[in-house]
Amino acid sequence: MKLSLGPLQYYWPRQQTLDFYAAVAAMPVDIVYLGETVCARRHELRLDDWLEIAAQLVAAGKEAVLSTLPLIESESDLKAIRRLIDDGRFGVEANEMGAVHLLAERRVPYVAGPTLNVFNAQTLGLLNEMGARRWVMPPEASRDILAGLQANRPEGLETEVFAYGRVPLAYSARCFTARRFNLQKDTCEFKCIDFPDGMILKTREGDAFLTVNGIQTQSAKAYNLLMDLPALVASGVDVLRLSPQADGTLEIANTFRAAIDGSLTPGAAWHSLAPWMPSGGCNGFWHARPGLELVENSA
Amino acid sequence: MNSKPIELVCPAGGLPAMKAAVDAGADCVYAGFKDDTNARNFTGLNFDENSLKDGIRYAHDHGVKVLIALNTYPQTENWSRWTAAVDRAADYGVDSVILADIGLMDYAQRRHPQLRLHLSVQGSATNYEAINFYRQRFGIQRAVLPRVLSLAQVEQVVANTDVEIEIFGFGGLCVMVEGRCALSAYATGTSPNCNGACSPGKAVRWEQTPRGMETRLNGILIDRFADGERAGYPTLCKGRFEVENETYYAIEEPASLNTLELLPEIMRMGIRAIKIEGRQRSPAYVGQVTKVWREAIDACRRDADHFLAKGAWMAELNKVSEGQSYTLGAYNRPWK
Repeated sequence: MKLSLGPLQYYWPRQQTLDFYAAVAAMPVDIVYLGETVCARRHELRLDDWLEIAAQLVAAGKEAVLSTLPLIESESDLKAIRRLIDDGRFGVEANEMGAVHLLAERRVPYVAGPTLNVFNAQTLGLLNEMGARRWVMPPEASRDILAGLQANRPEGLETEVFAYGRVPLAYSARCFTARRFNLQKDTCEFKCIDFPDGMILKTREGDAFLTVNGIQTQSAKAYNLLMDLPALVASGVDVLRLSPQADGTLEIANTFRAAIDGSLTPGAAWHSLAPWMPSGGCNGFWHARPGLELVENSA
Repeated sequence: MNSKPIELVCPAGGLPAMKAAVDAGADCVYAGFKDDTNARNFTGLNFDENSLKDGIRYAHDHGVKVLIALNTYPQTENWSRWTAAVDRAADYGVDSVILADIGLMDYAQRRHPQLRLHLSVQGSATNYEAINFYRQRFGIQRAVLPRVLSLAQVEQVVANTDVEIEIFGFGGLCVMVEGRCALSAYATGTSPNCNGACSPGKAVRWEQTPRGMETRLNGILIDRFADGERAGYPTLCKGRFEVENETYYAIEEPASLNTLELLPEIMRMGIRAIKIEGRQRSPAYVGQVTKVWREAIDACRRDADHFLAKGAWMAELNKVSEGQSYTLGAYNRPWK
């Protein structure tokens, strides 16, 4: 079982981002997804910076994949994708059908990202015919949906499952971080940079419910499939995705690696991550339950 | 301006609403079957075989097209329910099916090559490369754009594709990109993508408390209303929450989309169709909104240069808006 580090969802200052990826080189992950996947306005790192980081990670023995935006509104967003594909040195994760179109036209193999809404074998087969070499299950999909897809999976196609982190739940044209500060998106003052783990959205009873991260809305709880590791292994999943957070990413990767290697039981591993899940953990989606629920396994 | 007149596409949650839309001047009506194959899978809504056949006959007799929404994402184990729905729609002689899933498009294209395919808003296609993908691979003839683009961005799409473009003109406003929202699945287990419903009634609780009327979704407090405040349905993204020590409509205020005043601009760009949201609304709503939009489109076609959104039209539409207020949504850049 391989581990991947998903794309950074937050907007960190340039140096913090560079330092983070320098440390990733030594983390026990096999694949690193890079690039801006939330807001096209964020610019602490430019495409050339991401390509440079990718080259360094490849030199450190990682597979580097550049992820595209899930919401592409402008010609400049499309231009960035064309440039990325033309560069050709690294893999690309397509997160909407415009990117799939450009990749398939140029016959470039790609990763079908988690926002492509792959829920059935026919759709998975088509994406594979159009060049997908790996696909990432939508986080809201359950183990039953996965089973249906795995049973019909084309040969050679790898399956990746979002296994740890605040879950990306929704994307909007509107920026909820800017909204909090009564700013418009076009003049947002890049407020996201002040919130390295996003802003917690609480109910009026004080329960941490969601995370506001620019135009993206995430869960407040950390999705954590460590207790479900035996089922993930049994279902033939090839890659588990961990989502970066401001603190603890190294410990989280180490813990997943230890659980996969068998030196930690899944239950012990899950509980050892409690300090990195300040709003608690959940795994409901995997069990076909409301996503915020936690189904405790005997494991 | 595009030579073909813009089409007015109106919602039909049932036969009475479909007839109301036809009678009030719709060019197209859109509807769904009574199950999770469409994105308005609500109790008491939608069509069975007989009512749909009656509706199609009524619409076709009046020169109105019928579009069937099959715009949720089938899963491997229930795949055949969606393909059966495509077959049924084709057999009944509908004018188009509105699809989101590429597997289902592939099926429809192979099995029913004569059937017109529209890309649903649930397909989340916001740029011309995505729309041209669906055109080249599956032969779609029309795409419904998510309610997230500004008018300038819509124009960019229209200029770079042969696919007819349909936009939302009026009704409830999803602030999230359609097809890219799992908030309801996270809170309630009911997924718009897979189950065709958001913030479902079965998860809702209304509770009068000493602190006011509280609305909950699967136990999660979505909003609390003071006495005299109008308590709205607890759609997850339309509640009041606390972020960084401020309590407010953190995601979206309960307002409706209304683009009536943009009509000359919309028609000039060559947008092919304008959609009214609201299959879950009453036949009276459908009739009233359709009538206003029919008059407005006709007035704009006669004389776009002097078109003005009449006060009487706006008043009629405001009466049926959620929260009694409206917005131009993302078409108006500052909203974003």
